[in-house]
Amino acid sequence: MRELDLDEIEALAVGAWVLGTGGGGSPYLGLLNMRRLYAEGHRVSLMPPEDLADDDLVAVVSNMGAPLVGQERLTDSHNIARAVTLMEEYLGRPFRAIMSVEIGGNNGIQPLMAAAHLGKPVVDADAMGRAYPEAQMTSFAVADLKPWPLSLVDPRGVEGIVAKVPSWKWMERLSRKMCVEVGSIAATCKAPRTGAEVKAWGIPHTTTQAIALGQAIRLAQREHRDPIQAILDAEDGLLIFRGKVADISRRTTEGFLRGTAKLDGLDRWRGSGLELAFQNEWAVGWLDGVARVMTPDLICVLDSVTGEAIGTETLRYGQRVTVVALRAPKVFLSPRGLEFVGPRAFGYDLDFVSVFDEPAPGGQMP
Amino acid sequence: MRRRIGIDVGGTNTDAVLLEGDRVLQAVKTPTTADVLTGVKLALQGVAPAIGSAGVQGVMIGTTHFVNAVVQRRDLAPVGALRIGLPAAATLPPFCDWPDDLAAIVRGQVHMVEGGHDYDGRPIMPLDERAIAAAAREMRAAGISCVSVSAIFSPLDPAMELRAAEIVRQEVPGAAITLSHELGRIGLLERENVTLLNAALAPLAAHTVRAFELALAETGIAAPLYITQNDGTVIRAELAARFPVLSFASGPTNSMRGAAFLTGVMDALVVDVGGTTSDLGALKAGFPREANAVVRVGGVRTLFRMPDLLSIGLGGGSHVVAQADGRVAIGPRSVGFRLPQLARVFGGPQLTTSDAAVRLGMLGLGDPARVADLDPDFARAVLVEAARMLEDATDRMKTEAAAVPLLAVGGGAFLVPEALPGISEVLRPAHAAVANAVGAAIAQVSGETDQVFQGLTRAEALREAERIARARAAEAGAEPNSLLLVDVEDLPIAYLPGGALRVRARVVGEIASD
Repeated sequence: MRELDLDEIEALAVGAWVLGTGGGGSPYLGLLNMRRLYAEGHRVSLMPPEDLADDDLVAVVSNMGAPLVGQERLTDSHNIARAVTLMEEYLGRPFRAIMSVEIGGNNGIQPLMAAAHLGKPVVDADAMGRAYPEAQMTSFAVADLKPWPLSLVDPRGVEGIVAKVPSWKWMERLSRKMCVEVGSIAATCKAPRTGAEVKAWGIPHTTTQAIALGQAIRLAQREHRDPIQAILDAEDGLLIFRGKVADISRRTTEGFLRGTAKLDGLDRWRGSGLELAFQNEWAVGWLDGVARVMTPDLICVLDSVTGEAIGTETLRYGQRVTVVALRAPKVFLSPRGLEFVGPRAFGYDLDFVSVFDEPAPGGQMP
Repeated sequence: MRRRIGIDVGGTNTDAVLLEGDRVLQAVKTPTTADVLTGVKLALQGVAPAIGSAGVQGVMIGTTHFVNAVVQRRDLAPVGALRIGLPAAATLPPFCDWPDDLAAIVRGQVHMVEGGHDYDGRPIMPLDERAIAAAAREMRAAGISCVSVSAIFSPLDPAMELRAAEIVRQEVPGAAITLSHELGRIGLLERENVTLLNAALAPLAAHTVRAFELALAETGIAAPLYITQNDGTVIRAELAARFPVLSFASGPTNSMRGAAFLTGVMDALVVDVGGTTSDLGALKAGFPREANAVVRVGGVRTLFRMPDLLSIGLGGGSHVVAQADGRVAIGPRSVGFRLPQLARVFGGPQLTTSDAAVRLGMLGLGDPARVADLDPDFARAVLVEAARMLEDATDRMKTEAAAVPLLAVGGGAFLVPEALPGISEVLRPAHAAVANAVGAAIAQVSGETDQVFQGLTRAEALREAERIARARAAEAGAEPNSLLLVDVEDLPIAYLPGGALRVRARVVGEIASD
């Protein structure tokens, strides 16, 4: 276990936004909270999952809701801390440590805020390895772990518990309704996990991964090197496409932002086109009409110059972007994992082929 | 024939033009003075003789005075910040992401009270009117009279900000109050930051606009006064005095629109090559394309109506360095306004892009003999590198594959080659030196909406957004019958049920002739 310094948290915010794969909301507001908490003398320690005892209890937190609402209601570090203590009161047992359900986006910072207030460590792991739009798209759901209970907190003193549900889908339905009722934003503590469960099914070391990714990007920016190459080097990722946004269409269905973005190729992709489909996060990319990269591989759309991630809500016509793929956590590559987060889980009738397993089309070296 | 006077009050020069229809009748350039008034008067006197008996229909002034005050941290008033939204957002109070030096000047007092709205229009909490009155009394006791009011989701429902303003006005007579819903978009921190900056500039804006009015009166010009805004439109002077932030980017905007007017090309890229940077923008139907993202002003994150600009380190004073590998590196360092002392053609030590152009006979400046020793191949390589930088920058600003025209203005425009890949033609407008003042003179009036609609069909929401934008334009001084919808954009909102739609609409029209 070691204490994180503020510079690492600044890097975490940059790395978590890239791992958000287009969704998850910007970590900026969480970062502002952490700067304030550190200025007030709070500190957060990072705990390797291997250090958990099997019967330790771990809080799994997330800030649920619409990113746009978050831009108005902002993020208050006390809410996520209260979701954790509410769960402790309900269980009658204290938590040993706190972890994020998703490292990608704003939720990559949430456990740090709770940890700063409560003096507990943050577990260096999550349950997505990125951001996903729905509550059942986690390694814990893949493992068929118990989906209940859940605590939900709104700062007006509205506090709720979902005591029991028969499935992860039911948890998504009930908690989503509660979240919408309190203004489409709420701090939640998901079903608690034991140390044994986190060690067996958590995606390990993703906080360290996000920090290292952010540090690589920030260092490259400072030294005027190509930050995208730094991402590829840090993550052993694959450069998929470089181009310009030619069209973007968005629609909301069933409470999600869905749509497609069309990119016209630049540099060695001139004359080619990449079409990206998204449900909050980037899901599938077709190169000249052929599926090239798909979930659960991470699809990251980055500003070609700064290397910073661009969200599905903020991508706009004319932007010059680079698309890279990063490797999916192994837990999602099993047939059962693919049921939860493979292309069919997002409504695309495709057999999953990892972009890391196939040669690039046209015989080019990737 | 409509006659207008356009004036650009820049950091160095104050320019004025008299325009009749699309003809420049008179153009003058005078130095900007510390009191602003004298410089504007001199400029007006320069064009006054050409007015004759016909008179003018309006005087439009564009100024970078307010944005310079923020950047240089001067003439800013301490602000009483009132945030309505507790218990939400308590840990991120007003000024929480400001640079320390600027916050130290502007942060007078910070008050947060209960209230605000949710995305669906329901109150977060009832408005705490007693807490607002108490906050206002504290401000008054401390002598604070510039007040910023920001409520959560006020762009959806401004009622709480309006009520808070009434209460503050009662407790602090004569207070200059800025309400966030009048300025910004969804995004509380960025909208609040714009509101705080505006409140801090209120005394300077009132003083400056009074000086403009006085200059008009003392020159004997009886015409309504308008101030140009970031989007290339104008608002009446009395309204502009309340919203100085809306003129932050009027310099580059007027320069772009002036270039379009002078060439007659309304859809183009524009590059303004100065001494240190080249600033690029894109014109669509004669108006600058808007930035759709956070824009930093003096280190403060803001999100409001601003043009999409790209600056690169290429100008007439940019340093030129020969690399070890034989390549040429230009900028970003520059001799800037000290070109007449530091450039080689003036006997200075620094090789600049201007020196290379003089060596090749493309530019008459200083003493060509002082660069006679410069290898012409090297000088040509400098111009090739400048062209490469411009090619890259223009390509980054383009939003379509087809070739587009490029309008080149500014003192360093000699660096722009006659042909660039992706550019259909390079145009260099006449009167380019006063393009800013021309851009001011041709400004129209606009109105804008940006809010979330629920329970309406998409068509109904778009219609309602346009209706609100039209009402706002009319209030700002537009002739209602002349208004045209120039921009409409809708964005469905993730996670929100009920087909929530965020709609932005903008209308533009002629100035009402009353």
